Amino acid sequence: MNKSTLILCIAATSTLLAASLSSCGGKAEESGISPQQMADALHAVMESDRTVYTRQVVNRLQNEEKIIKASEHWKDDKALPLPAQMFRMGAEMVAEKKKGFTYALLSEWPINKQNAPKTDVEKDGLAHIVKNVGQNYYAEENLGGKKYFTAVYPDVAIAAACVKCHNGHEDSPRTDFVEGDVMGGVVIRIPLSSN
Amino acid sequence: MNFSSSIIQVLVGSLSVLLLGGYLVGRFFRKDADATLFLPGPTTHGHYQIEMQCAACHEPWGGVRESSCTDCHGAALTAADDSHPQAKFTDPRNADRLTVIAADRCMTCHVEHRPEITHAMGVIQPQDFCHQCHAQIADERPSHKGMSFSTCSSVGCHNYHDNTALYEDFLVKHATDPVNLLVALLPELSSKTPKEKPADRATATALVARGKDVDTKIAAEWSASAHAKAAVNCTACHGEGTAWNDHPGMESCAECHQHENLGFREGLHGMRLAQNLSPMQPALARLPMQPDAAHRSLNCVSCHGPHEVDTRRAAVESCLQCHSDGHSLAYKNSRHHQLWLSELAGESPAGSGVSCATCHMPREQHGSADSLAVRVQHNQSLTLRPVEKMARGVCIRCHGLGFTLDALADPALGRNNFDGIPGRHIESIDMALGRRKSAKTR
Repeated sequence: MNKSTLILCIAATSTLLAASLSSCGGKAEESGISPQQMADALHAVMESDRTVYTRQVVNRLQNEEKIIKASEHWKDDKALPLPAQMFRMGAEMVAEKKKGFTYALLSEWPINKQNAPKTDVEKDGLAHIVKNVGQNYYAEENLGGKKYFTAVYPDVAIAAACVKCHNGHEDSPRTDFVEGDVMGGVVIRIPLSSN
Repeated sequence: MNFSSSIIQVLVGSLSVLLLGGYLVGRFFRKDADATLFLPGPTTHGHYQIEMQCAACHEPWGGVRESSCTDCHGAALTAADDSHPQAKFTDPRNADRLTVIAADRCMTCHVEHRPEITHAMGVIQPQDFCHQCHAQIADERPSHKGMSFSTCSSVGCHNYHDNTALYEDFLVKHATDPVNLLVALLPELSSKTPKEKPADRATATALVARGKDVDTKIAAEWSASAHAKAAVNCTACHGEGTAWNDHPGMESCAECHQHENLGFREGLHGMRLAQNLSPMQPALARLPMQPDAAHRSLNCVSCHGPHEVDTRRAAVESCLQCHSDGHSLAYKNSRHHQLWLSELAGESPAGSGVSCATCHMPREQHGSADSLAVRVQHNQSLTLRPVEKMARGVCIRCHGLGFTLDALADPALGRNNFDGIPGRHIESIDMALGRRKSAKTR
C-alpha cells in the first residue's frame, strides 16, 4: 500500500466514521418525542376510546338494541352518560392527575356556551378543521405567561346518536348536522415552558 | 462596648428568641383557649367549633393548606356533582379568568377570620363573582335580561357548587308537582346485620334471672330493644370479664354503626371529636340552647338510649332537650309536628310523620338495586346551607318542587318551622317552562 492509498483509506474511514456518528445523532433526535407526536398519540387514544364508546355502547344499546338510553342527566335518569360527557369526565380526571397536559372538547356550535372557542388559536384551529376536512391544526400560544403547543383535531359525527342529540337539543345553535360532519374539535395543550 | 459584653448580649438575645419561639410553637399546638393568641378574628359559623385546633387548617409557618378544605368538604362536593370543580379552572384556556378570580383555589372565595368582608356561605368575593364569567347570559337566555348580579344565587335559582335540584330539566320535570304529593312516605330503614354472630340473645335474660350484677330495669328495657332483636348482647358493647366497661364509648357504637358515626363526625354535632377536641357542648354553641343542657356532651348516647325500646325519641325529644332557637321551639305548633304525633299514635302509616330528624337527618338510600340500604344521614349540617340543598333530599319527598323552592325562600317560614303558605315566589320553574315553550314554537 503506497502513501496516497493510505491517505485515501484514512480519509474514507474518517468519512464513514463521521457519517455513522452523524447518523447516530440523527437517530437520537428521531427517538425523542416531539410535542406534535405526543399530542397525536394522545388524540389517537382519545378518539379511539370515544369511538368505541359511541358506537359499541351508546349507539348500539340506545339506538339499535333499544336496551338503555343515554341522557345528559344520566345519574338521575339511570341512563348512560352521553359520549361527550364521557370524554369531559375523562378530561377532568386527567386534569386532577396533573400530568402536564390538558384537553378539551370545543365547538363553534357549543351546547354549553362555555365550550365555545376563546383563545385566538382555538378560534383559528376550529375554523381550520371545519374548512379543511381531514386536517389537524397545530400552533403555539401563550396563556397565563406560559407557552403551549396546542393541537386541534376534528371531532366528527360518527353515529346517528351524535347528530340526533345535537340537532334536537334546545341549547344547540345549529340543528342541521348530518353524519360525517365536523361538529367541533378536540384541543390538546402541552406546555413548552416550565415557568 | 467590650467583647465579653457583646457576647452576653448575643447569648441573651438568642436565648430570648428561642424561648419566645418555643413558647409560641407550644401555644400554636394547644387545643384550648391558649391558642386564641393566634386567632386573628372571629371564625364563621361553620368552623368556630374547631378554631382552637389551628393545625386542622394551618401549617405552623405556612398559611392554610388547600387540602384542609377538601379533606372535610371534598366528598360532599363530589356527591353534589360540583358545578365548578377545580379541574374546570386548571385548563390553561381559563388562565385569563384566573387573573380576575382564581377559582381553582377554595381560598379565593372562602377565607376565615374576616367577618368584615364575609357574606353568606363564608364567601369573601364581591357579590358579582358570577358576572365575571357569565356576563353574556342574557344573550342565550333573554329571561335573564336586566337581572342584577346579586340575584344569581337567590334561593331556587343557582348555586355555585350544588345544582342537583336546580338544573333546567329537573325544574321542568317537576313543574306540575302538586303542593303535597299523594304519596308522602319516608323509605323504611334497613335493619342492621351484625358483622359477626353475636352471643346468644338469651344470655342477658339469663343473667337477670340469676340475679347477676345486671340492673333489672336496664335488662328489661334491653330485652325489648332493637339491640336485643338483633341479638346484640350486653357484652357486645360493655365487654367481657375484666374488660367490662359500665360506660362504653362511641367507638363501641361505631363498631356496627360506622356510617352513622362517620356522618356524625362530619357535621356540627361531631366535628370537634373529628379534630380530637373535647365533645361539643351546648354551652359552646352560637345558637340559643336550653340553659340546663349547657354542659351536656354530645355523643351517641346523648340522643339515643342504647337500651331503649323507642328509638323515635332521638327524632324530636333529643333535639329539643338542647335546641331552643325560634325554629326549634316553633316545631311543636307546626303541622309537621301534628303529622309526627299522628304517626306516633299509630293513626298514620310509618314514615308519614315529620320529625326534626325527617328534615335534618334524612334517610338516604345507598348501594345497588340488589342490596339497597336505607340509612339515616347523621351529618345534620349537610343540607343546611344554602337552604335549597334541603329541597332534593328532603322536601320533595312530600312536596312539589315549586312549593318547596318558594317555601325555602321565605325566611318567615323558616322561623315558624314551615307552618303556612310561602309568601314568596321563585320564578325559576316558570322561566324553564317559558323557555321550553319558546323552543317548541321556534
